[in-house]
Amino acid sequence: MTGTDGGAGRDRSTPGEGRTDGGAVDDHLRTDGGTGPTSAASSTPSLLGSDVLKIVALMAGIYLLFTGFGVALGYGTNGIVNTLQRVTFLAAVYAMAVLALNLHWGYTGLFNIGVAGFMAVGAYAMMMLTAPPSAPVPGLGLPFWVGAIGGTLAAAIVGGIAALPALRLRADYLAIVTIAFAEIIRFVFRLSALQTFTVFGVRMGTGGARGISGADPDTVLTDLLFSIPIVGSEVVIPIPGTGTGILIPSVLGSISTTLQGMGVVPNVVRGWVYALVLIAVVAGFYWLLTRIGNSPFGRVLKAIREDEDVARALGKDTARFKIKAFMLGCGLMGLVGILWQGSRGFINPTENFLPQVTFFVWIAMIIGGSGSNTGSVLGGALFAALLFEGPRFAVNVVDANVELGSAPSTISAAVADLLGGDVTSMAAYVMGNIDALRFVLVGVILIYLMQNRPDGLLGHRKETAASIDLSRPARTRSRGPTDPEVAADGAGTGAGSDAGPGGDGQ
Amino acid sequence: MGATESIARGRRLLIERPTAALVALVGVVLLVDLVRRLATGDLTTETLGIFVWRGIVNGLVVGLAGIGLSMTYSILNFANFAHGDYISTGAFAGWASTWVVAGLGRADVGALILVGAGGNVFSSDLGTSITNTPLAIVLGMLVAGAFTVALALAIDRVVYRPMRGEEGISLLIASIGVAFALRYLLVFVFGSAPRSVADTPSDVAVAGVTFWFDWHQLTLVVGSVALMVGVHLLLQGTKLGKSMRAMADNEDLARITGIPTERVIQWTWIIGAGLAGVAGYLLILEAGTIAFNRGWILLLLIFAAVILGGIGSIYGAIAGGLVIGLTDTVSQIWLPSDFTRAAAFLLMILILLYRPEGIFAGRSTA
Amino acid sequence: MSEVDADADADASPEPGSGRADADGPAGAGTATRTAEATGAGGREDAAGDRPLRVEGLAKSFGGITAVDGASFDVERGQLTGLIGPNGAGKSTTFNLITGFIQPDAGAVYLNGSDVTGRPPYELADRGLVRTFQIARELSEMTVLENMMLAPMHQPGESLWRSVTPGPRRDVQAAEEEALERVWETLEFFEIDHLAEEYAGSLSGGQRKLLELARALLTDPDVLLLDEPFAGVNPSLEERLLEHVHELRERGYTFLLVEHDIDLIMENCARVIVMHQGQILADGVPEAVRADERVIDAYLGGDVE
Repeated sequence: MTGTDGGAGRDRSTPGEGRTDGGAVDDHLRTDGGTGPTSAASSTPSLLGSDVLKIVALMAGIYLLFTGFGVALGYGTNGIVNTLQRVTFLAAVYAMAVLALNLHWGYTGLFNIGVAGFMAVGAYAMMMLTAPPSAPVPGLGLPFWVGAIGGTLAAAIVGGIAALPALRLRADYLAIVTIAFAEIIRFVFRLSALQTFTVFGVRMGTGGARGISGADPDTVLTDLLFSIPIVGSEVVIPIPGTGTGILIPSVLGSISTTLQGMGVVPNVVRGWVYALVLIAVVAGFYWLLTRIGNSPFGRVLKAIREDEDVARALGKDTARFKIKAFMLGCGLMGLVGILWQGSRGFINPTENFLPQVTFFVWIAMIIGGSGSNTGSVLGGALFAALLFEGPRFAVNVVDANVELGSAPSTISAAVADLLGGDVTSMAAYVMGNIDALRFVLVGVILIYLMQNRPDGLLGHRKETAASIDLSRPARTRSRGPTDPEVAADGAGTGAGSDAGPGGDGQ
Repeated sequence: MGATESIARGRRLLIERPTAALVALVGVVLLVDLVRRLATGDLTTETLGIFVWRGIVNGLVVGLAGIGLSMTYSILNFANFAHGDYISTGAFAGWASTWVVAGLGRADVGALILVGAGGNVFSSDLGTSITNTPLAIVLGMLVAGAFTVALALAIDRVVYRPMRGEEGISLLIASIGVAFALRYLLVFVFGSAPRSVADTPSDVAVAGVTFWFDWHQLTLVVGSVALMVGVHLLLQGTKLGKSMRAMADNEDLARITGIPTERVIQWTWIIGAGLAGVAGYLLILEAGTIAFNRGWILLLLIFAAVILGGIGSIYGAIAGGLVIGLTDTVSQIWLPSDFTRAAAFLLMILILLYRPEGIFAGRSTA
Repeated sequence: MSEVDADADADASPEPGSGRADADGPAGAGTATRTAEATGAGGREDAAGDRPLRVEGLAKSFGGITAVDGASFDVERGQLTGLIGPNGAGKSTTFNLITGFIQPDAGAVYLNGSDVTGRPPYELADRGLVRTFQIARELSEMTVLENMMLAPMHQPGESLWRSVTPGPRRDVQAAEEEALERVWETLEFFEIDHLAEEYAGSLSGGQRKLLELARALLTDPDVLLLDEPFAGVNPSLEERLLEHVHELRERGYTFLLVEHDIDLIMENCARVIVMHQGQILADGVPEAVRADERVIDAYLGGDVE
C-alpha cells in the first residue's frame, strides 16, 4: 500500500505542484466550501460529485435491475413502483446503519456487534414516549418529534453507559461485551415484568414479548412532507382585487397525480414519499459523518484506531474521543431503529432487533469498505438490493418463466430425483429455499472478502482527515520549527524539497 | 494466629482488590438469603435441587463445548463465532445417523437422514432413546463427533489456513461468515422447523430406587464427564498434549523449539470440534428436540463460560460452564425466569471488565 | 508545592478545544502560555525553571522483579542528557513511569515544578513533556501530513461540535491552516517534506525516525524524551539526526535520551546518567562517568556494591 489512491496524475517528486485544480484527487473530500485565509485549495464540487455520482450510479443500476425483475414478473406500473420503493427503503436504512457503524469501526476501531441493541433502545424509547396513555401498552403520548429525539438521546446515553467501562477492552472482548449487552437489552424489553409498569404515577410499558405500538414515522413524516407548501401542498396566490387566485400545484402532488394516473395505488405513493424522507436522512448522516471524518476530531479517531498509545503520547485524551464517537454512533443507530423497524409504529422483541441484523449491517460495511463513508452507503445499498431482496426476485423471475414443476418438500426427494436424471426438481428445491441460500452466500462472500479484499470496495481509499487541503501552502520564507521562545529564526535548513535523498535511512 | 492473619488478609483484599471483595460480598449476601429462604419455606429443597441439577446438566454441555472454544481461542488466537454452529452441525449429523439406524427398514431413508424434515416421520414412530435403541444413540454420538471434526478440518483448510497469522479480528469476522454459511446450509438441508427427535425417556430406576433424573440426562452426564476425563488424560499424558499446552502459552516459542504447529493446530480442531459435535448431540438428546439454531443460541453462554474460566484453560472451561449453567438456573430464585440468561451475560461482562484473565487465570492450557 | 500544583492544575486542563485553548485561539499561542506558566512556576519553585524535569525516588516492581529501585535525577533545560545502562537496567521502565504509561509504586515526577506523578500521557504532553517510541510508531495508514497534523495540541477542531457546526468550522479551518504552515516548516527542517503525501507505512526505517521526531516537535514540548532514537540508524542519517537535535537544543528544547550507543551519548550529551539494576549508578559529565569504576564494572557484568 504505497501512496494515495486515485488522483489525477499527481507527481510525487514535486509535492504541492500540479494542484491548481484544487484537487481532482477524489480522496480529499470536503463538503463545505472551505475558503481558508491562505491559498489552500477550496473544496470543489467535483470531489463531492464523484462520490455522489458513484452512489447515484449504483442506485440507478439497482433500479434498472429491479424494474427488469418487475417486467419479467409481469408487474404493472404499480407493482414496479412498489418494488422500487421497497428496495429504496431497505437500501436507505442499511446505508444509515452502516454509516453509523462505520463511525465506530472504520474510524475509531471500536468493534461493536451490539448494533441491534442500540437500534432497539432508540425505537423502544420512541414508542414508549409516544404511545397513547390509553393504549393497552401505555406510553406518554408525546408527539413524534419528542419521541424521535428522545429515542436518539436514549440510545446515545445507553451507549455511553456501555462505553464507559468497556472502551478500554481490546477489540474482540469489546465485541463479546457489545453483543452480550445487546442481548441483555433484548431480554429487558422482553421481560413480562416490564410489560406495563408505573413510575412516578405514570403508567408505561415495554409491551414485553408482545411488543409496543407508538407513533408511526411513516405516517408522520409523509404527512409532514405533504404539508409543506410547494413541496407537498398546493398553494394559492391570491390576485389582489379579484376573488380568485393562482393555484400552484405542489411537487409531490403533481408526482402523486401522475403516478396514480399510471395506476399506482396511493399507499405506494405515500411509501415512496417516506423513502424520499429516508434518502434525505441518509444524506444528512453522510454530511455529518463526512464532516466529522474530515476534521481534526476525525483525525484523532483514525489515530486511535491505528495506535492509541501514539495518540495518547501526543496529548490526546483518547478515552473522551472514544466515548464521544461511541455515543454519537449509538445515537445514530437509535435513530435508524426508529425509522427502520419502527417505521410502521409497531415493534416487538421477537421479530425485530435480532443479532442477525447486526451481522447484516457488519457484512454490508465490510463489502463497502470500512473507513469510507461513501463505501458505507454503497455497501448498504448493495447488500440490501443484491443480497437481501435480489435473490428472491431472481428466483421468482426464473419461476415465472421456466417451467420447473413444484418443488419437492425435502432435499432428499430432490436428490433422489437428481440421481434419477431429473435436474428440475433440484432446481426447484434450490429456488424454493433461496431465503436460506442467500445467507449462505452472504457467509461465503464475507469469508472471501476477509481473505482477499478485507478493505471491501472502497476501504483502500484513504479519505484524508482534515478540514482543509493539506498541500504545501504558498509561503515566502522557510523557517525551522517554532522554538519555545517563539523566536523568528531564519536559519532553517533550506527549502529545497528535492535536494538530496532527504532522510533516507536504511 | 490464624484468625488475625485471616483478618489481615481480608483487609488487604478489601483495599487492594475492591471489585473482588464486592463480588465476594454479593456472593455472601446471596448465600445468606438462600439459606433464609430455605429456612422460611419460601424455597423448598426440592425446587432448589431441581435448579441445581438443571444447572449442572446445562453446565456440563456448555463446559464440554467450551473446551473446544477455549482451545481454539488460545491456540489459534481468535474467537470462533462459528463454534455454536459446529455444535448444531454435529447434532444434526449424529441424529441423522441415529434415525437412519433406528428406522432402517421402517421408513424412507431420505426422510430419516433429514431427521424428519418434510414431516413424514416422527420420533414417536421410531422410539429413539437410549433405552430402546442404545446402539443407534451411541453410533449417533460417534458420528456427531467424527463429522464435526471432518467439517472443522475442512473449514480450517479452506478458510483459516490461508489466513494463518492474520490478526484475530480478521479471523473473527471470517468465522462469522463461516457461522452464517453453516447455519443456513443446515436450514437448506434440514429445514428450519424444530422437531422432536427422541422419545421421552423414563426416570432412571435401579434396584428399586428411582432417581430424579432420566436416562438421557444420565447419558449426558456420563458422556460429558467421560470425555472431559479423556481430554485431561490426553493433554497431560501425551507429547501432543504437552505441545498443545506449549503452543497455547507462547506460539513463537513453540515454533522456535520445533514443535510442529500445524499439527498442533489440526489436533486443536480435532479435539475441539469433536467435543463440540458430541456436546451438540448430547444437548439434543437431553432436550428431545432439534433445531438449526440450537448451537448459535448457546454460543454466548459458551463464551461466558470460557471467559469466566480463563481462555486457554480446559478446567476453566469446564468450571466456567458449571458456573454459568448454575447461574442461569439458580438465579431464578431471585430473578424472573425470563431474565436469568441476562444475568449470566451480565456476569460475563463483569468478568471481562474487571478480571479478563478469568477466575482460573489460566494462561496454561491444562 | 501545593500552591504551585493548584495553579498548574487550573491552567493546564487537558481537554482538547476547551478552556485555555479557546481563550488563546489556535494552537500556536498555547506555547507562550505554557512557557509563561513554567517560568511563573519556576519563579516560585527554585530551580524548577532550570530543571524542567525532576524525578525523585521512582520505584516499580513487576511481580517479584524490581525494575526501578529508587531512581532520582533531574534534567537541565536546554541540554542533552543521556540515560544509559546495560540491558535490564530499567531505562525503558523509567521512561514509561515518567511519561505516564505505567504507574509507579513509589516516587514522584516533577515537570516544571509541578507534581505530575502517574498522570496519564496526554496530560504530560499537555504540560510540555512528549516522548518518542523505540520502535517508531508511525500511523502507517495515515499520510505523513496526517501524522504531523495530528500532533499540535488543543486544536479547536478536536471538539466534535466545533468541527461539525458550520460557523465554528471556519475557525477550525483557520487553525488548521496555521498548523499546516508549521507542519510544512517542520517537514522541511527534517528534509522529509517530499514525503508529505506518502503513507507513513511506506517510509523507510530512517524516514520513520525522522517523522517520529518531527511529529513530537509539533506538540510544542519543553522536554522531549527520546527512546533509542538512533537504534538501527545508519551513520549518515545518525549524523543528520544529531545535527537536527543539536540545533533544536540551541533553540531551547530539552532532551533526555535513552541510548545503547555509549559513544554517541558521551560525545553529544552534556550530562550522562547511568542506570544499573534499577538504580542510578552515576550522574555527571561524560568524562567523569566514563572514568567511574562502578560504571565500568556494571557494563562488564559485575554486580556493583
